[in-house]
Amino acid sequence: METTHKIRVLIAKPGLDGHDKGAKIVALALRDAGMEVIYSGLHQTLEQIVQTATQEAVDIIGLSIMSGAHLPICKRLITMMKKQGLDDIRLTVGGVIPYQDIPGLKEMGVAAVFPGGTSFEDIITGMNNLFE
Amino acid sequence: MPEIKDILLGNQRAGARMIRLIEEGSPKAFPLLKQLYPHSGNAFIIGITGSPGVGKSTLMDALILEFRKRDKRIAVIAVDPSSPFSGGAILGDRLRMQRHATDEAVFIRSMASRGQTGGLSRATKDTAIVLDAMGYDIILIETVGAGQGEFDIASLAHSTGIVSIPGTGDGIQAVKAGILETGDVFIVNKCDRPGADASVHALTMMIGMRNRGTQLSNPSPKWTPLVLKTKALDGTGVDELADTFLSHFDFLKKNSLTDQTKRTQETLYFKSLLNDLTLEKIRSFMEASPKYDAVLKKIQTHEMDPISAAEHVVNTMIILK
Ligand code: B12
Ligand SMILES: Nc1nc2c(ncn2[C@@H]2O[C@H](COP(=O)(O)OP(=O)(O)OP(=O)(O)O)[C@@H](O)[C@H]2O)c(=O)[nH]1
Ligand SMILES: [Mg+2]
Repeated sequence: METTHKIRVLIAKPGLDGHDKGAKIVALALRDAGMEVIYSGLHQTLEQIVQTATQEAVDIIGLSIMSGAHLPICKRLITMMKKQGLDDIRLTVGGVIPYQDIPGLKEMGVAAVFPGGTSFEDIITGMNNLFE
Repeated sequence: MPEIKDILLGNQRAGARMIRLIEEGSPKAFPLLKQLYPHSGNAFIIGITGSPGVGKSTLMDALILEFRKRDKRIAVIAVDPSSPFSGGAILGDRLRMQRHATDEAVFIRSMASRGQTGGLSRATKDTAIVLDAMGYDIILIETVGAGQGEFDIASLAHSTGIVSIPGTGDGIQAVKAGILETGDVFIVNKCDRPGADASVHALTMMIGMRNRGTQLSNPSPKWTPLVLKTKALDGTGVDELADTFLSHFDFLKKNSLTDQTKRTQETLYFKSLLNDLTLEKIRSFMEASPKYDAVLKKIQTHEMDPISAAEHVVNTMIILK
């Protein structure tokens, strides 16, 4: 049978932060780049995000965080992903992320960071490059 | 690579990876599916279809809750359309069911239609086999909300629920499109809006006419479709809907109609597989021949028109004994 590989992405907003404009726009941009995007909506607990990524067998989790809590959220999520055996899923994050936090995020295992102002082109290239 | 024993134990990670292989058309999928097949055939498959935005996903969310109250393990396949331009998709059905994400007895899989018409994707049938073998009692399938022509679901599901909303003339549309014949349960959702009773009335009348027509030609026991009102947003009417689906399943079992459904499904499944496999075999055989390239070149240089070229290839390269 014909094989078709499509990148599957889960876009999730953890916690109480209600800024969903960025997440929704990025979801559309990724769809237009040929990806299949699961949008799970606002106010997701990390448990929900891990279970959703498991059931949907996504390649990428994309968190959108505007609350400033990206460091603790990513740290906890990575620990939970490891525990669940989701080693092949890449974690990415966008939103209000100060540049000085990027090295820390990468160090804990975040595969790519897309702070406010990143162009769609750079996001799409960045996502595709995760599989090079 | 997922392990059969993990899938049969209901391990969600293993099941999800298996479904991914199916969806990608991986050559690893068939050997695994063959081993899963004997363990399938126990689940009750319910299809939910209807025009875009009538509340199918919200209704599925409420149904999951009701079935969980009845201690059933639930799997969901939610199909959304792929963009014809990019081939990508936004899979948004799941958003409405997210409160069940961490319930271990619930498994939700979003799926893009990937160019398939009929409201499902190519992978839906095989995915249902995996979820069935994983031990889910009920598999709920939401089709793409395309309005008309989602008949594929009726050949896959034991029970098909057709969702409409008050005052859209959906009833009339349903008759025109022939949807009426495929429904086992008719749901008028958003009954908090005016005109719900009128819609229920109109649908009930049309079903009455439909049944008079079929009773003459088919004397076997016949399920009379029910029309129910729901407000999916707060679950009003959904307890009755859940019971109705379950009693339809009992009805099918009591009258040995599940076996008949299964036979029909398996025949259809066999034929569609045969189509795919034959086509693939013939195509790869033809494409491997140098003659094929020669003909292709003739089309590109306008020495041959595409119709004659296709006829030439089929007539000279496929030798039927
Ligand atoms: C619009 C806006 C709002 C709107 C939100 C509308 C909505 N539905 O989204 C409203 C008015 C509701 C609002 C409310 C609030 N806001 Co406000 N808001 C903004 C503002 C001005 C713009 C955000 C935006 O939509 N940008 C446009 C989108 C396209 O950009 P983006 O989200 O950054 O996304 C880009 C990238 O980050 C990346 N990206 C984002 N997500 C993802 C995900 C993935 C997977 C990938 C790959 C990439 C990616 O891609 C996008 C394109 O480059 C920002 C200021 C700012 N500089 O960001 C403040 C800001 C985010 N808000 C802020 C605050 C404090 C609030 C309030 C708490 C204010 C209050 N006291 O009430 C409330 C909280 C609301 C809530 N419930 O959470 C602060 C957050 C402070 C912090 N982090 O420390 C900011 C930074 C303003 C500031 N400088 O103080 N806000
Ligand atoms: N008033 C009212 N709104 C409802 C009801 N059920 C669903 N909705 C709303 O209808 C909108 C569409 O609901 P969905 O469940 O996404 O509809 P759908 O049929 O799955 O849509 P598609 O998958 O896009 O075809 C949402 O805003 C729901 O909140 C209801 O019973 N009453
Ligand atoms: Mg839906």
